[in-house]
Amino acid sequence: MKLLWDLYRTFFTIGAMTFGGGYAMLPMLEREVVNKRKWSTQEELLDYFAIGQCTPGIIAVNTATFVGYKEKGVAGGIAATLGVVSPSIVIIVLIAMVLENFMHIAWVQHAFAGIRVAVCALIVSSVVKLVKSNVKKHWHIALALCAFAVVALLGLSPVWVVIGCVVLSVIFGKKVQNA
Amino acid sequence: MTTLLIMCWEFFKTGLFAVGGGLATLPFLTQMQQKYNWFTAEELANMIAVGESTPGPIGVNMATYVGYSTYGIAGAVLATLSLVLPSLIIIMIIAKALDTYKNNKYIQNAFAVLRPAVTGLISAAGFAVLRIALFREANSFLASIHVTAVIFFAVLVFLTQWKKLKKVHPIAFIALGAVIGVIFQM
Repeated sequence: MKLLWDLYRTFFTIGAMTFGGGYAMLPMLEREVVNKRKWSTQEELLDYFAIGQCTPGIIAVNTATFVGYKEKGVAGGIAATLGVVSPSIVIIVLIAMVLENFMHIAWVQHAFAGIRVAVCALIVSSVVKLVKSNVKKHWHIALALCAFAVVALLGLSPVWVVIGCVVLSVIFGKKVQNA
Repeated sequence: MTTLLIMCWEFFKTGLFAVGGGLATLPFLTQMQQKYNWFTAEELANMIAVGESTPGPIGVNMATYVGYSTYGIAGAVLATLSLVLPSLIIIMIIAKALDTYKNNKYIQNAFAVLRPAVTGLISAAGFAVLRIALFREANSFLASIHVTAVIFFAVLVFLTQWKKLKKVHPIAFIALGAVIGVIFQM
C-alpha cells in the first residue's frame, strides 16, 4: 500500500511540474524515478521512454504505466497513471471554470484571438521539427501529403490513416526500412 | 448519458490511435470538433493554448478541458480516464515481453510508415486551427482574411524559427499573442 501511494505521489509531482509533456518530462522522470526513488536505472528508464514513443497513447502516460507496472504489477501501473493525470484534471478544471466566467468580456476575447494566432505559429514550429526528423525520403513526402489531404480536405478520420499505415507496413515489410 | 458514452468512446479511440506524442492527439480532437457539437473550432484553439501553458501532458490537458466543457467535472474525469485506458492495457501487455517488442520487425516497420504520416496528420490539424485564427466569416475570400492576424502570424513563425529563440518556452509566445490581441483589438 505504501509503495502504491509513493507511486501515485511521485507521478503526481512529475505531472504537476512538467510543461508540455513528451521530452520535457524526461529530466523530471530521471530525477524522481532514477535518482530519488531508484525504481529503475537510467538505461531502463530510457528504454521505457523509447517504448512509450512507439506505442499508441500519450508518451508520459505510457512511461508512468510502465514504471508503475514494473514496481507493483497492475495496481502499480494504475496508481502511477492516475498520479500523472491527476494534476491536469485539477488544474484544467479550475482554469476552465474561471474562463467560463470571463470569456464574454471583450478584451479577454481579443486576447484569445491573439493567442490563437500564437498557437498556429507553435503548431507550425512543431510541424517543422517533425518534418526534419520524420520526412527524409521521397515516399515519406508523398505519404505525409496523402495523410494531410485525406484528413484536411476529405474530412476522413485520422484513425483510418493510422490503420492504413499499419496495413502498408505489413504489405511492404522490410522494404519500408531501406527504401 | 449517451453523449457521455460516445465521448468516452471517442477519447478511448484517441488514446488507442494517437501515436508519436506531443500534438499527436490534435488531429483526433479536430475530427471530434467537426463531427460533434461539443466545442467550437475557436474553443479548440483556446484549449490548445491552455494545454500548452499548464503543467502536464498536452493530450491529457486537452481531454480534461473537452470533457469539462461538455459534461462538467464528471466529463473531465471520464474523458481523461478513457484516454489513458488503452495505454494501461497495451503497456501492461507488452511490459512482460519488453525486448521482444522493441526489436520486433513488424513494430519497427509499422513505425517507419507511421512517422511521416503522423507529420501529415498534425499538419492537417494545424490547417484547421489556421483557418479559424486567420480568417473570419465574409462573403468573399479576400474579405475574409484577417489582415492583422496574418501579419502577426508571419512575424511569429519567423520568431519561432529564429535560432536564438529556439529555447524560449511556448508560454512566452502565447503571452505575446494575448498582449498583441488586446492592443490591436483582434
